[in-house]
Amino acid sequence: MIENVPYFCAGILVIIGLVVIVTKKDMIKMVMGLALVEAGVNLLLVATGFISGGVAPIFTNAPSTAMVMPTVQAMTLTNIVIGIATTALLLSFVMVISKKYGTRDVTEMRRLKE
Amino acid sequence: MNMSNLVRSGANIMMPFILVYGFYIVVHGHLTPGGGFQGGAVIATAVVLLMVAYSRADVFASIPKNVLKNSETAGLLLFIGTALLALTAGIAFFGNWLLGAGSLFGTPVAFGINPGDINTGGIIPILNIAVGIEVLGAMGILLLVMLGGMKGDAE
Amino acid sequence: MKSALRIGILVVCAAAFLMAGLDLSFGTPAYTDMDDYMLAHGQEETGSNNIVTGVVFDYRGFDTLGEATVLFTVVLGAGLVFRRLGKKEDEYEYE
Repeated sequence: MIENVPYFCAGILVIIGLVVIVTKKDMIKMVMGLALVEAGVNLLLVATGFISGGVAPIFTNAPSTAMVMPTVQAMTLTNIVIGIATTALLLSFVMVISKKYGTRDVTEMRRLKE
Repeated sequence: MNMSNLVRSGANIMMPFILVYGFYIVVHGHLTPGGGFQGGAVIATAVVLLMVAYSRADVFASIPKNVLKNSETAGLLLFIGTALLALTAGIAFFGNWLLGAGSLFGTPVAFGINPGDINTGGIIPILNIAVGIEVLGAMGILLLVMLGGMKGDAE
Repeated sequence: MKSALRIGILVVCAAAFLMAGLDLSFGTPAYTDMDDYMLAHGQEETGSNNIVTGVVFDYRGFDTLGEATVLFTVVLGAGLVFRRLGKKEDEYEYE
């Protein structure tokens, strides 16, 4: 139970991110919620591959040969890069939209609402 | 608006160390934690440091327009070209055609726990460098495009 | 009524996420042949001391190619979004 804290932290991060995406009306905060979801997914992936007593899967001067899983770490690396890319593109869209409408509040953009 | 003289001098002093650290992470990607993506991101923070310390006009004037764009394209082309050259060696796309060849990055790797030799790894260091060049170009150009997209109130 | 419904949906979602954490056991993951094979043979097959780099650039090279392409596409998209149509009124624009 108590040793499963990383999974609970990942779940709590994902839930906070989803709540922020659904309830906030500022678009930059919605992008921040998406980044929180990505952080939770990354933590879940890394926690899934951990083996008790394992070290990082790098053989250069490694203290032991008991190593954690490398595949999930590679997936996490991919996820981080894709997350940065999508966040940058979404922030670009937010900048253009806020410049066009003069606000970042999604409820005040009339042409999106009607 | 330029920051104060102190901030600009600090940025000038920090800049070469950030670049050297980023290239170290890229080149040692097959031996130590790191790799092309991480090292490229570290190098891109040098652009952020420039953006923090100097005004927008100075940043745009100090970075030539086409350098980042060309480095991104060159990185991607080097990545695909290195992978394609495996076909000429008679193995599959992305095959490690330099591994154990004795030439560049071709020293046979010692198995098990070893202190590490930078001249190993076959095409993996080359792919690391290609991805590092591409990521630093992509991140830098994203930051500069978003900085240029801001309306004048950031001045 | 509406806020109670929202809180109920939130609680159900949170329980769904957290109940999954109860089933898993941290530190003793499911046995996979793939990771053991990569740890045992990755060094001689990829020539890289760093197995994660070996996985990213050798075993999953196509994934990394797609990743680099995604980054390239995002830069293209951002440059497209911020481009100026018509005459240039701001000399600070990049691109």
